[in-house]
Amino acid sequence: MSQMDTLLDKGKQALGWVDERFPLTSLYKAHLSEYYAPKNFNFWYFFGSLALLVLVNQIVTGIFLVMHYKPDAALNAAGVPVAFASVEYIMRDVPGGWIIRYLHSTGASAFFIVVYLHMFRGLLYGSYRKPRELVWLFGIAIFLCLMGEAFFGYLLPWGQMSGWGAQVIVNLFAAIPVIGPDLSIFIRGDFVVSDATLNRFFAFHVIAIPLVLLGLVTAHLIALHEVGSNNPDGVEIKKKKDTNGIPLDGIPFHPYYTVKDGFVAVVFLMVFSVVVFFAPEGGGYFLEYNNFVPYDALQTPPHIAPVWYFTPFYSILRATTSNFMWVLGALALIVGGLTVVSTKSKNVKALAVGVTAILLAGFALLDAKVWGVVLMGGSVMLFGLLPWLDQSPVKSVRYKGVLYASVLSVFVVAFVLLGILGTKAPGYAFFGLIPGEPVAAVCSVLYLAFFAFMPWYSRMDATKPEPERVTWK
Amino acid sequence: MSNDKLEVSGGASFSCNCADSSRRQLMAATAAVGGAVGVGVAAPFVASFLPSERAKAAGAPVEVDLSGLQPGEMKTVEWRGKPVWIVRRTPEMLESLKKSEAMLADPGSSRAEQPDYVKGAGRAIKDEYLVCVGLCTHLGCSPSAKFKPGAESGIGDDWPGGFLCPCHGSRFDLAGRVFKSMPAPDNLPIPPHTYVSDTRLIIGEDTKGA
Repeated sequence: MSQMDTLLDKGKQALGWVDERFPLTSLYKAHLSEYYAPKNFNFWYFFGSLALLVLVNQIVTGIFLVMHYKPDAALNAAGVPVAFASVEYIMRDVPGGWIIRYLHSTGASAFFIVVYLHMFRGLLYGSYRKPRELVWLFGIAIFLCLMGEAFFGYLLPWGQMSGWGAQVIVNLFAAIPVIGPDLSIFIRGDFVVSDATLNRFFAFHVIAIPLVLLGLVTAHLIALHEVGSNNPDGVEIKKKKDTNGIPLDGIPFHPYYTVKDGFVAVVFLMVFSVVVFFAPEGGGYFLEYNNFVPYDALQTPPHIAPVWYFTPFYSILRATTSNFMWVLGALALIVGGLTVVSTKSKNVKALAVGVTAILLAGFALLDAKVWGVVLMGGSVMLFGLLPWLDQSPVKSVRYKGVLYASVLSVFVVAFVLLGILGTKAPGYAFFGLIPGEPVAAVCSVLYLAFFAFMPWYSRMDATKPEPERVTWK
Repeated sequence: MSNDKLEVSGGASFSCNCADSSRRQLMAATAAVGGAVGVGVAAPFVASFLPSERAKAAGAPVEVDLSGLQPGEMKTVEWRGKPVWIVRRTPEMLESLKKSEAMLADPGSSRAEQPDYVKGAGRAIKDEYLVCVGLCTHLGCSPSAKFKPGAESGIGDDWPGGFLCPCHGSRFDLAGRVFKSMPAPDNLPIPPHTYVSDTRLIIGEDTKGA
C-alpha cells in the first residue's frame, strides 16, 4: 500500500467516523453533488448565489465595523455626536477601516441590485408558480427583512439623512388610526428620534434581523432543494427521469454550477471592486451627500430622499394624495366588479363585494396619508400573492403570449420611473417639461394594475405550448 | 400515514384515540399556564420599548431671549428635542395672513394643536411673534423658511410667504397654517408658552390667567 493510499484510507475512516455521528456526506450529496439542477440555466440564474455572496460580505464586514462603531448620540468633546464621529474614525484612523466600511455600504446597494434582478428572474420564468410558492414566500420575507436591515442600518452613521429618514419612516406608522401616534413613540422609544432610537436600531441591525435573515435564507434553500429549481423554460425536469431516478435534464449542482457561480462571483467582484475603489458614494445614490453632515434635529436638509432602493415604494407613498383616492376607488370597483362577473362561486362573489365595499368606505373615511402608508407596504407584499394571481397555463415568459411580455415590460418601466422620481424633490419635472407628480400617479396605478388584473390577463394571453424537455443549445 | 396512528419503535402501532383523557386535560392546562407565563415574561421586553423615565422627564421648559431678534427674522430653539420657531413678524407679514386665508385648509385652526390662549389668524399671544413647533404635521420634517413673497420665492406668483417642507412639499403660511390639498393634514402645532417680560419668553409653560 502506497503512502497516498494510506492517507486516503485514513481520510475515509475519519469521514466515516463523522458520518456515523452527523449526516455530512448525505447533506453534501443532497445539496451539492447529487442536487440536480436544470441544465438550461442562463444569465438570470446567477443572482441567487451572488445574493449569498453579498450576504457573506455584509456579515463579515459588519462584524469588523461593530468592533469600532459606537451607537451613541451624545456629543463628544468636540461637539460631534459620538456615533457620527466613530464612523469618521473608522474612515480616517482605523487601519483598513475605510475599505471595510465601503465594502459594507457598497454591499448594501449591491444586495438590492442583485435581489431585484433575482426577483425579476422569478417574474420572467414564473419561478413562484406551484410547487414553488413557499420558496417565493420565504423570498418575499427575506426581501422585507432586507429592507428592514437597510433602514435600521441607515440610522447608524447618525448623519442628516440617517436622522431625518428615520423620522419620516417612523412617523409613517403614526398615520395608522387610533394606535398610530403611540406606536411611533413605541418604535422610537422617545418622542423624537434620539439615542434610544439609535441603540435599538443598532440592536436590530446587528443581531435581530441578521438572525432572522439567516433562518429565512436557510428555509428558502431547503424549500428550493425540496421542489427543485425552475428553469427558463418553466418545465419540471423531475417529470422525465432516467432509470436511476435522476432527471434527464438535470446536472449535479457541484461541480457544474459551483464552477459557473464561482466564475460569475469573480466577474461580480471585479465590478464591485471598481465601485468600492473608484465610486464608493455611487454619485450620491449609495451614500447620500447630506449624510456626511451630523444629524441636526432642528433642521431638515433642503432635499431629502431615501436611498435609491426604497424610492419606487416611496414614490407610491408620495403619489397617494387625496385626489389619487378617486383613482384607487375606481380601481377597487373595477377589480371587485370583474371578480363578481367572472366567478361562479357565490362565496367569492360575496367576498369580492364585501372587500370592495370595505375598501371604498376606507378610502372615503381615512386620510390619504394612511392609504399612502398602506400602499407603500402593500406594494411590496403584493409580490407574495403572485403564485395565486398568475392563472396562465404556462410558467415561462417564453411560452406566455405577447400580452404578458408587454404587461411585464410596462411594469418594469413603471417601477424604474417610480424609482427615479422617488430620488427627486417634489415638483420635479422630466427635462423641466413633464411634471413628475402625474407621472408618479400613472406609474403607481400601472404598478398596482400589474397585480390586480393578473388573474384576467394571464388567462386571456395567447400562450404557446410548453416543450416536453428543456430547450438547450 | 393516517394521523391517528403513531409508529412506536417496536413496530407496533396504537391509536391515539385511547389516550387517557385526564392526561390530555392536564396537558392542555399545562400548555395554557405555560402560555400565560410566556406572555408575562414577554411583558418587560415589550415594556422596555417605551420611552424611559429619563426620556419622559426631559421636557423642561426653555427660556428664550427675544431682544436680539429683528423684525422679519426667525430664531430656532430646541424644546423636548424638537425645533421651536420664533418669527418676529413685520406688519407686511401679518398682512399676508389675510391674503393666504382663501388658500388654507383650516384657516380658523379648528383642528390644530394649540393652546386656548392663541386665537385668530395670527395664532399668537402677541401678533408680532409667531411661536410654533417647526415639524411638518405630515411626516415630521422641519419645513424651510420661505419668507419672500411672490415669484422670487420660486414657489409661485401667488406665494404669500411662509414655510415649505423639503420632504413632501407641504406649504404653510406665516402663522403655520397649512395650505389646501397638501400632504400635511393640519396646521403646525403651537406649544404652550408664556411671556415673562417683553423680551423674555418661556416655551413649555402655559400662560396663566392671560
